[in-house]
Parts: sequence; C-alpha cells; structure tokens
Amino acid sequence: MTTDLGIPAARTGTDGVPALDPDAPKQTGKEFTSDQEVRWCPGCGDYAVLKAVQSFLPDLGLRRENIAFVSGIGCSSRFPYYLDTYGMHSIHGRAPAIATGLATAREDLSVWVVTGDGDALSIGGNHLIHALRRNVNMTILLFNNRIYGLTKGQYSPTSEAGKVTKSTPMGSVDHPFNPISLALGAEGTFVARTIDSDRKHLTSVLSAAAAHRGTSLVEIYQNCPIFNDGAFDAIKDRDTKDEAIIPLVHGEQIRFGTPGEDGLGPKGLVRTAAGGVEVVEVSDVDAADLLVHDAHTDDPTTAFAISRLTDAGYLHRAPIGIFRSVERPTYDDQARAQVDLAQGERTGSRDDRLASLIGGGDTWTVV
Amino acid sequence: MASAKQVKQLDRVIVRFAGDSGDGMQLTGDRFTSESASFGNDLSTLPNFPAEIRAPQGTLHGVSSFQVHFADHDILTPGDAPDVLVAMNPAALRANLGDLPKGATIIVDTHDFTARNLTKAGYTDNPLDGDDLAEYQVHPVDLTGMTVAAVKEFGLSRKDAARAKNMFALGLVSWMYGRPTEGTEEFLAKRFAKVPDIRDANITAFRTGWNFGETTEAFVVSYEVKPAPMAPGTYRNITGNLALAYGLVAAGVQSGLPVFLGSYPITPASDVLHELSKHKDLGVTTYQAEDEIAGVGAALGASFAGHLGVTTTSGPGLALKSETIGLAVMTELPLLVVDVQRGGPSTGLPTKTEQADLLQAMYGRNGESPVPVVAPQSPGDCFDAALEAARIAITYRTPVLLLSDGMIANGSEPWRIPETDDLPAIDPAFATGPNEGDAFMPYLRDAETLARPWAVPGTAGLEHRIGGLEKGDGHGNISYDPANHDFMVRTRQAKVDRVADSLPPLEVDDPTGEAKVLVVGWGSTYGPIGAACRRVRRAGGHVAQVHLRHLNPFPKDLGEILARYDKVLVPEMNLGQLSTLLRAKYLVDAIGYNHVRGLPLKAAELAEAIGELVASADGVELDLSGAGHVTRDADPSGPATPVTQEATR
Repeated sequence: MTTDLGIPAARTGTDGVPALDPDAPKQTGKEFTSDQEVRWCPGCGDYAVLKAVQSFLPDLGLRRENIAFVSGIGCSSRFPYYLDTYGMHSIHGRAPAIATGLATAREDLSVWVVTGDGDALSIGGNHLIHALRRNVNMTILLFNNRIYGLTKGQYSPTSEAGKVTKSTPMGSVDHPFNPISLALGAEGTFVARTIDSDRKHLTSVLSAAAAHRGTSLVEIYQNCPIFNDGAFDAIKDRDTKDEAIIPLVHGEQIRFGTPGEDGLGPKGLVRTAAGGVEVVEVSDVDAADLLVHDAHTDDPTTAFAISRLTDAGYLHRAPIGIFRSVERPTYDDQARAQVDLAQGERTGSRDDRLASLIGGGDTWTVV
Repeated sequence: MASAKQVKQLDRVIVRFAGDSGDGMQLTGDRFTSESASFGNDLSTLPNFPAEIRAPQGTLHGVSSFQVHFADHDILTPGDAPDVLVAMNPAALRANLGDLPKGATIIVDTHDFTARNLTKAGYTDNPLDGDDLAEYQVHPVDLTGMTVAAVKEFGLSRKDAARAKNMFALGLVSWMYGRPTEGTEEFLAKRFAKVPDIRDANITAFRTGWNFGETTEAFVVSYEVKPAPMAPGTYRNITGNLALAYGLVAAGVQSGLPVFLGSYPITPASDVLHELSKHKDLGVTTYQAEDEIAGVGAALGASFAGHLGVTTTSGPGLALKSETIGLAVMTELPLLVVDVQRGGPSTGLPTKTEQADLLQAMYGRNGESPVPVVAPQSPGDCFDAALEAARIAITYRTPVLLLSDGMIANGSEPWRIPETDDLPAIDPAFATGPNEGDAFMPYLRDAETLARPWAVPGTAGLEHRIGGLEKGDGHGNISYDPANHDFMVRTRQAKVDRVADSLPPLEVDDPTGEAKVLVVGWGSTYGPIGAACRRVRRAGGHVAQVHLRHLNPFPKDLGEILARYDKVLVPEMNLGQLSTLLRAKYLVDAIGYNHVRGLPLKAAELAEAIGELVASADGVELDLSGAGHVTRDADPSGPATPVTQEATR
C-alpha cells in the first residue's frame, strides 16, 4: 500500500538556515579558520581545497554557528578541525549516516560531509548510496586521490587495475569505481567533479553544491604527493589539460581539445546508436548533432553516459563540471513535514498527550 | 444452561494456545490476556513463536504458542507448565505435550488430526485413539468443523470460514474461565470493520465457541479465578516493547527534547520502531536506516544536534553498532542504545529469549570504553528503565545500554499507568555561553557529574570540533600526549562510576532477616527468581533476593550486601555473565545457575537449586515437592491441574 505523502511544496536552496544580518560586517575566511595547526603533508592537494572552502564559506552569507562539517576517517577527514564551525570527525565510512541524523534533526543547519575515496566508496559505500537515494540535505566533498594515504599507500576502490602498491605487489586485480557513475546510479540529484588545483572551478562547483537542496556529491580530484603523486597530471599539466578535460557547462556545447580560433575545442560529443556518447572531431559531424550539456534534465541517462568517458585506468581524460543538478524532495524536509503535520493535528500540551498515550488502550481502575 | 453447570474456584490458571504459525495463536492469546486483564486478574504472558513467518504447515517447526498465566493474586511469571493446552493440530499437541503436568486439560481440534497431519507431526498412530493421553483430561472437539458450520450464513470460502476457528477456541476457553467477552467483540468489530463478512464470521465463531462450552455435555465444570487485589490506580495490560517505546516518548517529554530513533528492523526489537513511528505528534522522529550502523550513526548525529538520539536493536545489531558507541563514548554525547536480547551467538534464536549480551554491552568495544548499563525486570518496568537510561545518558553525556530481552519484550503484565506529574524531570542543561572567561572549553567538566557541556550547533560562539581522536583535557583539541590520554581514560571511567552517586540504595528482599543465601539477578529473571524464592520460603527456608537494575556501575551498596551472605547464587539465562562481573569486582564466590534454552527460567527448577543451597547453608532439610499444599502458590508448578486445584479460600 502506498499513500500520497501530501508534503507541502519543496523548499529550496538553504531555506531554513539562518542568514547573516544584511547589515552585519561581511565574514572573512579568517573567521572560518580554527586555531589548529594543519597537519597534512607538504604539497597535499587538501591544502588547496581547505583554502578554497575557508574563503568561499563567508560568501554563503550563512551564520557560522549554523554550519556543521562531519567527516569520516582518512587524510581529508581531518578537515573539520581546521574550520571554525561546528564539526565532528567521526569514524571510518560513517559520516553520511551521522550527517543524515544531524540534517534530519535540524533544518537550520548547513551540513557538509568531508570524505575520501576509501572512506566513501569502500568502508562507507552503503551509507553514501543511501544518502544519495534519500536525497538528504547535505553537501558531500569526496576527495579522490585514488590511494589510501593515511594507512600509507594501499590501493583504493578508485585505483586503476594493475596498480602496484604495498598491498598489491603484483598489481591490483580490483576493478575501480567511477564515483560519478556510482552517484548517478544512486540517483544523486547533484553530481559534480572538480579539481583541487583549479581554485576558480572548485569554488564555483562548491557554491552550486551548497545552494542545492538535497544531497550534493562533489568529487574532487586531489593529488597525494606521497603515495600517488601525478595521478592527475594529465588533467593538470598545462600542455595536456585541454585534451584531457571535457568541460561540462549547462546549456553549452560540450567541446574540448586545444582551442581553435573560435576559442572552442575541436572535439565534441555525439550520441551513439547504442545510447551512449562518444568523442568526435567536430569537423566530422553535423554541428546540430553535437551534444549540448543539460544538467537539469530529469533523466540521468546522458549524464551517466558522459561519466563513462572517464578513464578507468591511468587518467588521461575526464569530464569535469556539474553532471547533474535536479530538484527532488529531500528526505529530511519530508520527514520533518510528517512530524509537523502530526503535531499540527495535536491538541493539548505535550504532557497531556503523553498522559493520554500511556493511559490509552483497554484500562481498568482499582480503587 | 449455565446454572446447570458447576462453577469451581481456582486461585490461578495457566492456559497455552498452540497451533500452526498461520492459525492466529498470538492474536488468540493476546485477546485472552486482554479479557483476563480487564477482569482484574494479575497475569503474565509468554508468546513463543518460530522465526519463520509461515513454516511448512502442520510441522513441528511451524508451531506457535501463547501462554497466559492469570491469578487472583500477585504472580511473577508466565508459568512453567500449562494447566490447559489448546492444540489446533497434531504438531501443536506433540510440541507442547512434554510441558504438561499429569492431569492437565487438553482441548484438541480433531478436524486437523488427519493421517497427513499426523505424519507431518511425526505420529505413526493417532494419539487421540490410544492410551497415550490417558494421564490427561482430553477434550476432542471438532473446532474447525463447528466453526465452518456456524459461519455458513456469511458465504465465506471454506478456507476463510475455517480461519475463524481460533475465535471459536477463544470463545470456548473464555467460557471455561468466565472471561468477559465485550472487549473481544469490540476488538473484532474494529479490526475487521472493512470486511463485514469476516467480522461477522469471527464474532459468530467466538460466540458459538462460548455457547458450545455452555451447552455441551463434554464440559461439566467452569471455573472462576477472582480478580487479584492490586494497588489503587488505573491499569492496562502492556508488553515490554510497548512500555519501552512509551518510556522513550516520556523521556523526550520529560527532558523537553525531540526524540530521534535511528533503527534497522531486527527481531525482537522491531516493535519499538513500529510503535515510535506512530508518535510523531509527540515530537518523535523515526528513521529506518540502511543498516544497523547507520541507525546508530544517525542517532548520534541527532544527539550532536541536540535531540535525544536513540537506537534499538538486538544482539547481532549491537555488535555492528560497537564502533559508533565507542565514538559516543569519546565524543561524550547522550545516546540510548536499546538491545532487546535474543538467543545467540550469531543469528542464534531470533524469536527466543536470552540474556547473554551483558558482557557485550559492558566490554564489546575497543579500548577502555565504559558505558552505563541498565536493565528492566518485567514488561511494565521497561517504561521506568527507559526513563532511567535517558536520565543517565542526558545527565552524564554518555551512551547508555538498555538491555531488555525477548521474554519481557513480547510478554505482558498489568501495568499501573503512572501519573505524568510523578515522572522525573530530566534537564538537558545545554551550554549557552563561554565557560572559561570568553572561551568555550568543550571538555571542561561538571565537578559533580564529570559531564562535559552539551553545546549544540546553532549556538553562536560555542563552535567546536569533536571526534574519535583522543581529546585534550578541557579544550578538547586532538592530543597524543601520554599523560593526557591516561588522564582522559581514567576520567571517562570515573564519569561512568559517578553515576552510582545518583542511585538509590538497593532493596534487599529478606523477609526474616535470617537468610544466609542471597539470590542476585538482573533483567527478566526477576519473575522466576521471585517465584522460586517464594516457594523456598513457603517450605520454611530463609532466602534473600536482590535484583539489579544497574549493571554498570553497580550500586554502591552492592559489595556490602554481597558480603552479608554466606552464599550468593546468580541465576541467569547465559553461562554466568553477571556472576563473572560480581566475582571480578567483589571477589565473591558467586554460584551460577545457568540455562540457555531460549526460554525463561522455570521457577520450580530454580526453587530446587535455591532450596539445596539454603538447606546446606542452614543445615536443614527442605521439602519443596509439595507446592500444592499452598493455595496461594505464586509460581506455576503447583497442583497438577486446575480441575483438582480448588481454592480453599
């Protein structure tokens, strides 16, 4: 049996999270920086992400005390310690579960999850997919360095097959996850990928993610200089990145490759007869057939097809940007609405209702 | 005519309804219980059903039963041995016959005693034909046939018509014991309101069963069990899981906190989730998580948010939640973890009872990870135990383990409904501002309780980070300092130990003050232990009883009480978990009495064990064999059958 949930119209963006008084002085990145010494390895990509987050959080205009970061275990999961917001550094893989309770309990919080490829996709894979399916209002930053860093260099669920690590001396025989494909398969409503070293892109994607109501998953390619250095060189190197990055911008043709005189790349995407997409030379096809990115379409099929253009092995090419951004009622909004609905129908004080609850059913009185 | 029949007085009766899983025996038992409760008897129930939803029909695996013990006086257990067995098929007879004392009454549905069903139950010959049942008072009745005939007018299929046979049986047994019938008729009218034919068939079957008892020559006597004297108040019959759910709702009201339940379905705890999901109007949010770990994780997240975070589970689920409970120990957030224990290890006996998770609750985490442990002693007591667990969790900022078990979860008893004004207030005492000059120190402790401040997100100026890494004293930042770790480990232990300061003195039941033997119990063994002690006392023995609600920390006077007695006996439905704890802490030579049969301890057997100990301690001989000589027998193993057990009062 199913029932019409009768839930009122979905709320949007950060509705319910208290904003700063418009007259209040603008917050600064410094205010969001805690007094704790940052303890990542020199050159770690995490520094760049931290810096970007510290400087972009003030722009959200939300009250600092209404922001909460929850992380799991791993190098990136130390993140909350370095932000002067509320935070919990929890246990391995469980941050989305804890954040679900936090977000459901409190509409007035902006909830963030910081996790890594091992934390989110291996030990915590179950919680990740269920958060995405429920569409709980939280923003998940998935730092993907394709290696286990904190445990000193074992292969991760995003490491390429054949990878030689401490635990795979003959090469890994594991087939890796594509986090974007996984998130789209779980019907994530906001799925994006960005790069630690591209501050501008990172900030724009995080801003969009923060403004999205529901679960936002942002995969951040993040270099581990100690155990997996150079994993993303192809997309970071000035000489190769134009060929490696397939930029996704909503409403625009998907074009990449070394730009021509029109400023556009010579390569584009077209749909295949089998329902996927493939890379073509723009000059070889009818311009009308070139794929225009639509992140807002409800059907995730094309977004999934685009996600498959990511190399599973050593990374030479990957789509970057917002794959999907659609509206769907969030779990926490609906759960709260049910409680509100039930409370709206109540009469009497909570105390009286408790008395009638426990005093209900068949009773008898002894005098 | 009723007047033509003899009415005999009884002080107590144990009835067991047994049938196939699909025969509606749980509903039948439940209704009989409600009738007895509204009549004013004291009662105690024992549902017993297989883990399979519909095991193969007619087999021993599929037998489901419900035992009701009702009396004109205060009783403590659902009873060891039924005086009356209602067996709906051969398998139900075979599975339960071993529990019956000689002379017991057996009502069988002859309709189901077909060759095929007999074979399925493992009978080569029909036991109703030979002398196998000669020692019992057997009433072969075609319950199904008479039901089908009685409901013919409603035009149901034969299958649907036959399904009402449990109500026929209920009507018959209700007549035998003069139970009030209005409640059951109202119940049926409501339950089947949308299917009038089924409703009318059930009500008709129920009435026909009653009338059959009244008119047939087969039953010459009916019985009366008078209401039991009870303390003034308003009562209802309640199961442990329902009382536990109400206790959690009450904890939310008394603390002013919204309740957040994160849970994953598991037998026998799921009913708490079901019940709480109905009480959103009282500020309860229920979240059915993707797994046990997510259930407790979300609850902890809600606790961080300032709600009363609760998770409910059974033993296997508790194992999965261990790491998160450890995180709650480290982050020092209130969290209620309810473990409705079942038979283990592993999947074990999902629908049967056991109390073998005590050591898991105490020690089932990595590191020094102390957690207060609280246990209810009866179905109704689950309400108070839940409130107490919440008090400790909120006051001391700690996860608390609440250990119920399958017996009290599904069993029921009359419960005096408390006045809400009498319930304890629980003060969450949220942090609202800096606690050291202008600074906020998240691990600065209350001098009395050693609890840290609970500062919830949204409170300006108190932004702070918590987590699983070791905390520096006071400031709460990550600390790897050896001396700090040693201090914090000891402080977390000391905080849990401080809970003992808030506990009332133990109540030792030692009526003569001459006992040399002390029986110590915890949890659902309260009933069997109490009943067994009464038996020993009636036989002239001196025995003392103390029952522990708090397993960690132990009440402060426990050591002194243990030292007062020559012998300490610890009956448990495990291999000696409390006795291990008592031995370790108090160096007392605790003697175990241990059964792990998935069933409650039998009071008569336990009384023998206590009696032997009392006899040797006091150098006397105790004869416990003649329990029948006491009319007001509080345990179930009294006279063989109610037919001969007429009250002398």
